[in-house]
Order: sequence, then C-alpha cells, then structure tokens
Amino acid sequence: MLTTFGKKKMFHYRQKESNEVVSKTANASFEIKLDDTILPPTSGNVIGVALNNKALAKSLEKAFNEKPHVQPPKTPVLHIKTDNTHIGYGKNIKLPSDKGAVFAGPSLGIVIGKKATRVDASNALDFVAGFTVVNEVSLAETSFYRPAVKAKCRDTFCPIGPWTVDKSAVSTPNKLSIKTFINDALVHETNTDQLIYSVEEIISYISSFMTLEAGDIIIAGTPERTADLAINPGDSVMIDIEGVGRLVNPVEQE
Amino acid sequence: MKSARILFNNETLAVTVNDQDQVVTQQGKILEEGSFTWLPPCEGKIFVLAINYADHAAELSFKAPDEPLVFLKNKNSLIGHDQQTYRPDNVDYMHYECELVVVIGKEAKNVSIEDAMDYVGGYTVGNDYAIRDYLENYYRPNLRVKSRDTCTPIGPYIVDAKDIKDPHNLVLRTYINGELKQEGNTEDLVFNIPHLIAYLSEIMTLTPGDMIFTGTPEGLADVKPGDVVTTEVEGVGVLKNTIISESEYLKTI
Repeated sequence: MLTTFGKKKMFHYRQKESNEVVSKTANASFEIKLDDTILPPTSGNVIGVALNNKALAKSLEKAFNEKPHVQPPKTPVLHIKTDNTHIGYGKNIKLPSDKGAVFAGPSLGIVIGKKATRVDASNALDFVAGFTVVNEVSLAETSFYRPAVKAKCRDTFCPIGPWTVDKSAVSTPNKLSIKTFINDALVHETNTDQLIYSVEEIISYISSFMTLEAGDIIIAGTPERTADLAINPGDSVMIDIEGVGRLVNPVEQE
Repeated sequence: MKSARILFNNETLAVTVNDQDQVVTQQGKILEEGSFTWLPPCEGKIFVLAINYADHAAELSFKAPDEPLVFLKNKNSLIGHDQQTYRPDNVDYMHYECELVVVIGKEAKNVSIEDAMDYVGGYTVGNDYAIRDYLENYYRPNLRVKSRDTCTPIGPYIVDAKDIKDPHNLVLRTYINGELKQEGNTEDLVFNIPHLIAYLSEIMTLTPGDMIFTGTPEGLADVKPGDVVTTEVEGVGVLKNTIISESEYLKTI
C-alpha cells in the first residue's frame, strides 16, 4: 500500500538468516513469509500473570478459602517462562511422555517497548511496543500456589509470534477476541475482557517492583485448562487474536 | 581461575581475578578497586531452592520437602558485588539468604545424578533477599517477595568448578555490620548439587550461565537501611551489599 509509505512499519519480526538473527519490519502481514526461519518476535524475558481470568478465578473460589490456600491471593500471581520454552511460529511443541495431559494456553502477549520502572496504569501503554500471540503451554495446573516450574518450563512450552503488531494498530487491547483451533476446528473462545487485571494494570503492577526492559513480553492471562484445550501429538494448534495475528504450531512427542 | 564481569568506562568487560583478589583485564592490566563497578558474573536462568536445608525447614516449621521446591527469579533482580539493595518503606521484615550458587558450564538435558557434576562450570555466592511481608503463602514465593529490583546480589566472581574440591562441605556465613548472624554448611543440603542438576535437566535444557541458588541454612534476621550485609561461602567468595531506603533508591533511578 503506497499510502503507508514513510509511515511507521506495523509488523516487527525476527528471522534466522544463515545462522544470524535478523530483526525485520513490514507494512502488511502478507509481506512476511511464514517459514521455518521465523523466531519469536523478541528475545526478552517472558513473564506470565497466573489466575488472571474471571472464570478461572471463580472456579477456584472455594478452594482458595480452604487449606492450604486459606485465602485468595491479594496480588497478581506471576510466573516466568524461561528461555528454553520460547519457540517461534511453526516450530514443534514437544510433549513429554508420561507427564499426563498437556494444555494449550491462549493469551495476549504484551511486548514492552522501553524500560519501565514504577509506571502508572494511566500511561502504561506509553511503554508498550505492541502485541503478539502467546501459547502458554502447561501440564495440568493442579496447584496454583506452588511454583510450577515442572509444569510450565519444559522445552518448547511457550510459542510466541509470529510477529509484534504495533500498538497503534490495536485500539482496544482489553477487548480482543481470542480463538483457539486444534486441527482447524474451533475448540475454545475467550476475550481479553475476561482478564481480571487489565493490560495497563498488569504493567503498572509488575513494574512497581520489577523493571521491564524493551523486548520483555508479558503473558496477560490464560483461561482455565479445560479438556477442550488438551493437545496431543500430531495436532496442529492455532491461536488467533483479533487484530494481532495467528500463531500456529504442530505438536509432537518429545 | 576466577572470572567476573565489570562495568569500566561504560563498557562491560569480562575479566579475571587473581590470587590477590585484583581484577585483571584481558590485556593483563590490573584495575584499581573503585575504578569499576562489579556486575553479576553470569547471565542465564535463575533457579532458587526453597527449604533446602533441614535446619531452615525446621526454622520455618516445615517438614523438608520430598522433591526439590524450585522457583524462578527474573534477571531484573540481579546486582553485582558491593552494590546497594533497597528496603521498601513500611515493611516489617526483610531478610538476607546466603547461598552457594552453582553455575552451569555446558548444555545439560536429562543428565543422570552420576554425571551431573560434569555440567558444573563453577560456583559463586548469592544473597537471595526476601520481603517476608509480601509472602502470602510459604509455598508460593511470589516474584513480589523474591524477584524485586536490586534484591539478588551475586558474585563477586565465578570460581572454576575444578578449584572447589568438595562443594558439599563449605561453610556459609552472613554478617551484618561485621556481626556473625548466620552460619551453616553445604553438607546439610537436603537435595545436593547432582540431585538438583538431574532434577532440573529432566524438566528442561540447562545452558551455560544458568544459576542454581541452592538454598539457605537457618539464621535469618531483619536488615535495615545503612546495614552492610556480607555473605560468604568458604573458598568461593565474599559478597558485600549495603541496604538503602526506598526513598534513597528512588533518587538513583
């Protein structure tokens, strides 16, 4: 489109070219060739917000008022998806054998654009570069109060991409439809309006004690891991976020 | 050999530390203490063990766990030797945790307990500060408690694995303003180093520079602005840190 010439590029992505990582931009998504050289759109830290979904929190209401929880968490519960989990568009999600069911975790990814320390919710979006699609893969979430490294930090358990779409292209980050397809069948629908803490509140909360750097990605919130989201070897899982993109990854046995 | 990273004239340098504890550049030049800033000596994933000393488990009124209780920190939290950590205003209890840190030396996936020590690159000292006021549940060391900016001093340097004869017999000590507050020995680890490497590498691929904070023994105490906190691991290093108030910290950012 000639009309976009000279304007800010809308899509930011990374690709491997003869063993070098190259950062690229495009005016339109169709200009980006989605082949096996596509990498996650950044190389930053990836921080997840657990329990940030209204229906999920409601389903746990009773358990949260009993031992060992005693009471629901007062502040957002965060977790980390380590670098070994990050994979790009089209790369295989590898399922371990004998660890039980594995679930897709559709979520909006918030891509930080500049260093953020103690940011107010009112101007939090000034620190955002854009948005991406995250599949926060997990073993069954049997316990939200225990560190879940073994459920969440397995190799390939965090596909991200295919790109970062510039925030100016996403007018309502707190009202975006998120659809999950397994083998092209729609299996799950949610929306960022189901987040308990909004995109702006999440950034403000995390940055109140953790400095976020350009390229860091926040996984805004995943829904309850119902059987609909279970993935199996041979599946292809696609997460489609309105106005952000579609992330596709095949599933194989480790 | 001891290796470190420093900030010198706005440049990050990989340096070595000689037997007189002097910093030596790759060109062989000795740098004077005070002319540079110590940085964390490695970059990688940051694993921390909760309740991995039997006496500390007792101190917290817990039974020692039957598998390693591992949590993660984010790298925003790391600072180097001789830097400042801030204590949030209006909290009642902030404590240090002196820990032996294992630094991974080569890629490790599905490593057996028998082979695990081959994957250790070296050791350093870590101080895993926690703000207990923010601990909503002992089994959930939230990032708000443990992954705060400035809250994880590490260093000063990495000592090569081959230079530590028995990592399971090292004394750990913490001093506040020179007064001994905490003392323990790595022989009391509930899950020892090979067990931890085997456990983690079954879950995921470990890569060079990944850090395993192996846990802290009993002897925790509150720290206040102005306190100089020194954590040391026998033969591995002495890590110094100064506590400042939140308002002082806010002037630095």
